[in-house]
Amino acid sequence: MFWTFLQRAIRFSTVFMFGATGETITEKSGHLNLGIPGVMCIGAVGGVLGESLYLKSLSDISQINGFAAVIIPIIMTLIFGALAGLLFSFFTVTLRCNQNVTGLTITTFGIGFNSFYMNRIDKTGFTAASEYFIKGFPCADSAGWFGQIFLSYGTLVYLAIIIAVIAAIVIKRTRVGLNLRAVGENPATADAAGISVTKYRYIATILGSAIAGLGGLFFIMDHLGGNIEYNIDAFGWMAVALVIFTVWKPNWGILGSILFGALYISPDFMTVPSAATKEIVKLIPYFVTVVVLIVTSIINKRETQPPAALGVSYFREER
Amino acid sequence: MTNVLKKLKLESPIHISKRTDMPKWKSWLIRGGAIVAALLLCGIISSILSSGSFSSFMEQMFKGCFSTPRRAINLFEETALLLCISLAVTPAFKMKFWNIGAEGQVLMGALLCATCMKYFGGKVDDGLLIVIMLVFSIVGGAVWSTIPAIFKAKWNTNETLFTLMMNYIAMGLIACVIAIWVPNNSGTVGVLSYGNFPKIGRYPYILNIIIVAILTVLVFIYLRFSKHGYELSVVGESVNTAKYIGINVKKVIVRTMILSGALCGIAGWLIVGGASHTVSTEVAGGRGFTAILISWLAHFDPIAMSFTAFLVAFLSQGSSQAASVLNFGGSFPKIITGMFFFIIIASEFFVGYKIKFTFGKRKAERADELNAEESDGSIGATAYDSADLGDGEPNEITARIDNSAEEIALPSENNQNAQKEEEVEA
Repeated sequence: MFWTFLQRAIRFSTVFMFGATGETITEKSGHLNLGIPGVMCIGAVGGVLGESLYLKSLSDISQINGFAAVIIPIIMTLIFGALAGLLFSFFTVTLRCNQNVTGLTITTFGIGFNSFYMNRIDKTGFTAASEYFIKGFPCADSAGWFGQIFLSYGTLVYLAIIIAVIAAIVIKRTRVGLNLRAVGENPATADAAGISVTKYRYIATILGSAIAGLGGLFFIMDHLGGNIEYNIDAFGWMAVALVIFTVWKPNWGILGSILFGALYISPDFMTVPSAATKEIVKLIPYFVTVVVLIVTSIINKRETQPPAALGVSYFREER
Repeated sequence: MTNVLKKLKLESPIHISKRTDMPKWKSWLIRGGAIVAALLLCGIISSILSSGSFSSFMEQMFKGCFSTPRRAINLFEETALLLCISLAVTPAFKMKFWNIGAEGQVLMGALLCATCMKYFGGKVDDGLLIVIMLVFSIVGGAVWSTIPAIFKAKWNTNETLFTLMMNYIAMGLIACVIAIWVPNNSGTVGVLSYGNFPKIGRYPYILNIIIVAILTVLVFIYLRFSKHGYELSVVGESVNTAKYIGINVKKVIVRTMILSGALCGIAGWLIVGGASHTVSTEVAGGRGFTAILISWLAHFDPIAMSFTAFLVAFLSQGSSQAASVLNFGGSFPKIITGMFFFIIIASEFFVGYKIKFTFGKRKAERADELNAEESDGSIGATAYDSADLGDGEPNEITARIDNSAEEIALPSENNQNAQKEEEVEA
């Protein structure tokens, strides 16, 4: 029972993990991308589009190639997510628009685009294709609880963890990460030190959005098993919450995502959940996030603060 | 010398600078042009989706809003709601307090309003009930906005993230209350029959529209003429200045946010008491977020805001009519609204910034600079001046590129001649 719960929590945490890792990278550069829910929706559209194009190119569903059925949607998701990020950074970096306004616009657009497209797509073969997303290591069943906890997941779950670990190392330990943090903390100083603020912000936002988009793909192809009639935006907001909850650290983000995932699925495991308790449990992640936000601001330790320039577009000629 | 060349080569050919000198008519012309462009783009998208539907899309846009008095009233009611929430977020934004929690504040207002309707309904007179509802709604909205404000004032907690989270806590609370009220898991509270706003004239919602119109004027006066309005705009411009002239910044932050939340609460009251007569997590319908865009587009001016709110209401109602006639599905208006905002946001850039294409000029400048360096060993200010004077036509620029290319090759005496010529030309 416990192992099943943990396994499902880890699996579901992938949605948040992609979103939170992407958003952390973006926010480290000083960009508050409130378009993340929209970006996840747009990424999911890209993935579904890729999958349906691939399935259409086959003469028969039984010819499906597992590798191609997974890798094509992933690449398409990355492209679509990156395009959404490009849009955001073009507006906020080049046109110097307000980040909140631009982000909310992307969210509005993305949600609309998602449900518009998903209603019109041809869904044949998606269940078969999603099996390749869900499939874990072949030896998972024979390895007992160990197999269940560590080996039973689909490609995207491992990908999420790998990306989060890499992001954590790059941000914390490399020169690129140092520059990125400098841009997010004080762009004027970074600029004076010869770091291209524009370049770092563009790349961080585009990369972050591409990663966040994968969260949308995971939700549709892995969690829902190819059933594509759901909206993803609520998870996007939870990813934004998670970034605060894990105080802008992708490695903590892995644990935080699992916790959020566990909270999200826990009503299913309660013996007699009344509807009201279910709603309260769903509320906990946001509540905890607020508490973390308050506590970190009261403690006022430098390591746990938001990037100082978060949400402020940089214009060199401004004082 | 080569260093200088290298450095200048890396300069971007587009130079962007801030401008404040644009005449009002010109900036409104740009915005008007953007609106027309956005409408055309929406029509083009529609004709891509189903070929040849451009004209019928445009027709349905207007039909959906104005063909019957009922539709027109709906349009104005939606405008009023959006405007009310936009008015609510405006004082906070002027103070540079990014209150994106309007959605949650409206929901809390709506929740408390519905609670009053449910528990006091039938026990007190309807007129009194409406007043009680108003008071409770204001309290609900204000409490929800004051919590982040206090933490912002005291510990500088990030208000954008805080208010964002408060939205979802409010949604969760509503879902929770509904689950208690309606134990059969249907998740919908039926129509609450007490405390509905009285009808004025033949159509509903008139009262909503009148109330919001009054509020608009009040907020306009508050922001423009009151001491409070002045103080909050000083805090928005510079916290240090505000402190220096003796404004209690913390007090201003909390006071403004109470006002902001109270207005959101009124919006919740208008929605539940005046329009939907029930409560759900969808009762605010994303208006809290749209209102932020509306307020920002109007540059936080309540009068301009009524136009932008109308425009957004028109777009969403018109495009949803067009979508249902042309069979595009219910989410089409969101795409249209998104596209519209993208274009309008981009147009603001051209209002606020000046773009100079310095592609040709840079080279001329570079030549001048070299010139100056050779003659007196320093980068002369005159070299810059002479280049800046020519605000040239494209053909002039190309001519100058040719000139400057020659100049680099020529010895310095000829260079000086060339420079003189150029000055004359300019």
